Amino acid sequence: MNKSALPDPFEQARLEKGFGEMNDQNDPVKILLRLKDVRKTAKNWKTFQSGGEEIGRIVVPSEVHIRNTRQIPFEVDPPQHASYRDIVEPWFKRPLENDYQDKLKSIAETVIEGALTKDSLEIVEQFSLVIQSQALTVLLNTPFEESKTWIDWGTHVFRSEESALDGDKANILYDYIDHQINIAEQNPSDDLYSKLLASEIDGRKLTKEEVKGVMILTFAGGRDTVINTITNAIAYFAEHPESLARIKNEPEILNQAIEELIRYFAPLTHMGRVVTQDTEVCEHAMKSQSRVSLCWASANRDAKTFEKPNEVVIDRKINPHVSFGFGTHNCLGATHARTLMKVILTTLVNKVSSIDILDHEDNIEDLDQFKRKVGFHSLNVKFNA
Amino acid sequence: MAKITFITTNNEEITLEATTGSVMELAVQNNIKGIDGDCGGVCSCATCHVHVKEEDFEKVGAPSEIEADMLELEDEVSDYSRLCCQIKVSDAIDGVTLKVVEE
Repeated sequence: MNKSALPDPFEQARLEKGFGEMNDQNDPVKILLRLKDVRKTAKNWKTFQSGGEEIGRIVVPSEVHIRNTRQIPFEVDPPQHASYRDIVEPWFKRPLENDYQDKLKSIAETVIEGALTKDSLEIVEQFSLVIQSQALTVLLNTPFEESKTWIDWGTHVFRSEESALDGDKANILYDYIDHQINIAEQNPSDDLYSKLLASEIDGRKLTKEEVKGVMILTFAGGRDTVINTITNAIAYFAEHPESLARIKNEPEILNQAIEELIRYFAPLTHMGRVVTQDTEVCEHAMKSQSRVSLCWASANRDAKTFEKPNEVVIDRKINPHVSFGFGTHNCLGATHARTLMKVILTTLVNKVSSIDILDHEDNIEDLDQFKRKVGFHSLNVKFNA
Repeated sequence: MAKITFITTNNEEITLEATTGSVMELAVQNNIKGIDGDCGGVCSCATCHVHVKEEDFEKVGAPSEIEADMLELEDEVSDYSRLCCQIKVSDAIDGVTLKVVEE
């Protein structure tokens, strides 16, 4: 009964010091662990910047050596940030529209109905990756067939692990996006590439490099995170059929259930910032140009705010989690992610009565001082109608 | 039944009636500009920030500690700030006026 559990490796350090340390390719990161510190630091974009000169440095592990394109609006700070965010925000709110949700529903139903016919199904590659990729065609408003290419990339595309190989892998995505932008430039359509190419900022058109920056963010930000969320949800419901039954009988708790799963899973462990002036965090001196990270996963287990932080309380009513970040740079794809989870869970409770875990291999992130289970490398299950 | 008046950032006054649910839900259902309620009402996103009219604040009540921690970091926080997902619709708040705070 604990295969779906995601233990909290940060508790002791959070209580004793409030931060941890990670080397990360000789560019050390101070990992902030307490909810209040994380939120306060996330709000203070002047002292803890995202839009510094070194592109990719706020990501942990750092992408400085494998990426030259600035992710937009993610790696831009106010006031320019708002000009970019205003362009993309309405597009990323489309998941609130009915026809968008109908498309997601059809994707989830087809994949879940298919899963019910199998004696054994590997969830990461054959379920979560498939739904994530197909749902991304709805977000981008591109042809459904494009999802086949993204599924073929597998789950290990654009991982940075300090080897040239990963840089090469990242290039698969960057070259693909360049190609798609060129297609959209020649034959504009109703997709996100075309929409961005036609957008204006401060009285001029977005450059192709800026469009690429938005597209990289959209692809990279919503891949592992969504895959882990879906996979962890399947593992959780396999071990907690009572929660599946409860959501079916009390659909009014669906939103609370989704927020709670997202709190507990914290699919993005942390995100960095570069310090712009000598300062102090958590009573600890920080030098200008050093790095901190905001550990969403630890903050979500802070017992000062969350009762029973290590339990999934499926109808948790007050849940100020930071899984989608906090402040200026909060997750652009959150509406898509929440809507997708709503659709998947609704389909699941209507069609599936129980799920059996057959075997599994955990995915453990290595943060030097901390090892955190973030999901699964593989999860074989059987769905029962 | 409670009548609740919202004043949007462009000074439009909209009065709505409800019996159950949260004030955020009422606002979202009626497309009150500036109230997004992204997290669906679990006090996580701060996209439902309002300033309660001073004379109505007692009726509405003060925020909980968790809500106050969220509000503390908002740019436009005041002594009368609330996240309206945490305000339940009931007879007790009949007639209150809430000014929408847009970030």
